[in-house]
Amino acid sequence: MTILGAWPMLFKILGKGEFRSLVEIILEFNEIIAPKKIGNKADGEPIHQFLPINAFEEMDLDYRTTEFSAKTYFLPYRENLCKFRFGDDDWDQEIAYRIQPRAIIGLRAYDINALVKLDKVFIRGQFPSPYYISRRENTFVVGLDHVPLEDEFSQSMGADIVTHGFDLFLTDLDDRYFVAIASDRGFNLLNRVETQEVTDDDTQDYKDARQRILDGFKTHINVHNLPNLLDLEFTSEVWKKWGAKCLSCGSCAMVCPTCYCYGVREEVSMDFTEATRVKQLYSCNLLDFAEVAGGHNFRPDQETRLKYRYYHQHRGFVEDYDEPKCVGCNRCGRVCLAGINPAAVIKDLYEENF
Amino acid sequence: MCPMSLRAYDVRQESSMNLPLDFNDRAGLKPVDRVFKAEITNVIRLTEMEKLFHLRIEDDADRGRFTFLPGQFVMIEVPGYGEVPISISSSASNKGYIELCIRNAGTVTNALHRARRGAKVGIRGPFGTHFPLQRMKGQSVLLIAGGLGLAPLRAPIYYVTENRSEFKDVHILYGTKSRQQLLFDYQYESWRRIDDVNIQIIVEEPDDSWTGPVGMITDLLDDVRVDPNETYAVVCGPPVMFKFVCQRLNRMGIPMDRMFVSLERRMQCGMGKCCRCNVGATYTCTDGPVFDYWSVINLKEAI
Repeated sequence: MTILGAWPMLFKILGKGEFRSLVEIILEFNEIIAPKKIGNKADGEPIHQFLPINAFEEMDLDYRTTEFSAKTYFLPYRENLCKFRFGDDDWDQEIAYRIQPRAIIGLRAYDINALVKLDKVFIRGQFPSPYYISRRENTFVVGLDHVPLEDEFSQSMGADIVTHGFDLFLTDLDDRYFVAIASDRGFNLLNRVETQEVTDDDTQDYKDARQRILDGFKTHINVHNLPNLLDLEFTSEVWKKWGAKCLSCGSCAMVCPTCYCYGVREEVSMDFTEATRVKQLYSCNLLDFAEVAGGHNFRPDQETRLKYRYYHQHRGFVEDYDEPKCVGCNRCGRVCLAGINPAAVIKDLYEENF
Repeated sequence: MCPMSLRAYDVRQESSMNLPLDFNDRAGLKPVDRVFKAEITNVIRLTEMEKLFHLRIEDDADRGRFTFLPGQFVMIEVPGYGEVPISISSSASNKGYIELCIRNAGTVTNALHRARRGAKVGIRGPFGTHFPLQRMKGQSVLLIAGGLGLAPLRAPIYYVTENRSEFKDVHILYGTKSRQQLLFDYQYESWRRIDDVNIQIIVEEPDDSWTGPVGMITDLLDDVRVDPNETYAVVCGPPVMFKFVCQRLNRMGIPMDRMFVSLERRMQCGMGKCCRCNVGATYTCTDGPVFDYWSVINLKEAI
């Protein structure tokens, strides 16, 4: 399998004008997804989303965060898994995978780490998913790091550094980019434009830039021994306190870059000639998530469902993959209508505030 | 300069994708949503709520390749309605042929209950863990079911009765609420006639025609004499039932890692992806549905 082959990391220096040429070369024949400003919030803060762009100028690489993660281009909110065509007393199944290549430019380190975590579930698991693999393999990933938002805690989750799972990763050195190359296709593409070898000055500037990013993290959360603490505090009043606020709307899972739970249903066409099996992302906070045939619900109250979301993020995933599922982007904390944010919940668990 | 188009990667070119579908080979990349087409060859009414469906995989090559182990389940697809996980109720020695005992409980199962013989459905699987019958060889076996639990237990019952010489004492205990809810009542006599198999049926609320024992399933254990150090138990039924039975067996001295239960959850994939059957870190579909009782009581809120 050729999937996401590992390369020894190569580094180059890329001028900003050359970067623009590179984007335009890709754009000439391919779709590019990039952060795009789509409006302003009531307080004047800009709203960004990962969307298709038609020109270099439409990208806003100085974005602070996007409301939704780039997950939607790998695990779409709705995806057709297969079709059943009905004939006389019989049917046939038809399966198609999306193989149209595209590039995503401007992913932050935590969003790339989120993809690496999804790779573990959908590529390295017992049943690799061809739907995910075809999208992942056909996406050219260009990362770009930036000073984080104040409420981000990806450094605490160990997701602020990225070493694989991308093709090119850029660090902004004001007048030029420091480029890490992690794939042969990234190397080949970079050869289309002029690059410079890394000098000692570049290396020093890169280290300074990394330090500025590190210093930019204002939110730090203690996650030491968190999996064991979660087991210890399984019946804690903290879950009641935060569970009482939860509206069970599922927004947190929708914006999360790693939440991948889903449901499957079938839609029959109006003329009854075919049915489509549709996969739709779900959320463990929704009321009927753990309901079984006959009506029994294993998690009937919002407190239990909220708790299980934290359990999967910081306990269950650790047991399976030796790392938490959370990357600390705090999108869930920002989007929550009830003001539930992971930094506060985890702090309360440690300090037993309820 | 030639146009720079990113190279398309076609997942179907992966060599193992082109090989015939085989769910027991889990190493390679497979078209995981492809179903085996199967014909309903027979429908048997068991009770008012449950029917037994005999299914045969249509394609000759696929039929030869479809094998399973007692305790595993399949996802059964009714095109246009959806897919549900169902434990296999038949003998594992039949290739490409399975029997599924299905209660009319939701959209898909209701559609199945309306299906007649000759109808074509889809099967994915088999999935999940199985009862470790190899490990039980040379030991005594208690096969205990309550209610619909006889459906998953029927596969190990077939295994044990077909290979009777490999086990010491064999006890089959089954209980339901009423006589009308007894599943496979036409088969008890054939099991009873097997040399040296103890089969006991108990109902909780008997009607006038019932002549057998009356009470809870645990009452049947009063008369069971086994050496706890040489005994395995397989317990299937609703959580409240297997909890009481396993506690009782534990008091009899049978270690908890020698009792096996089968859990039920909502499932949408069967492959450890959709998370719907997730209990803590455990996926009922890939880590289960068969668990030893020690694991079950350590799964938080599993039962």
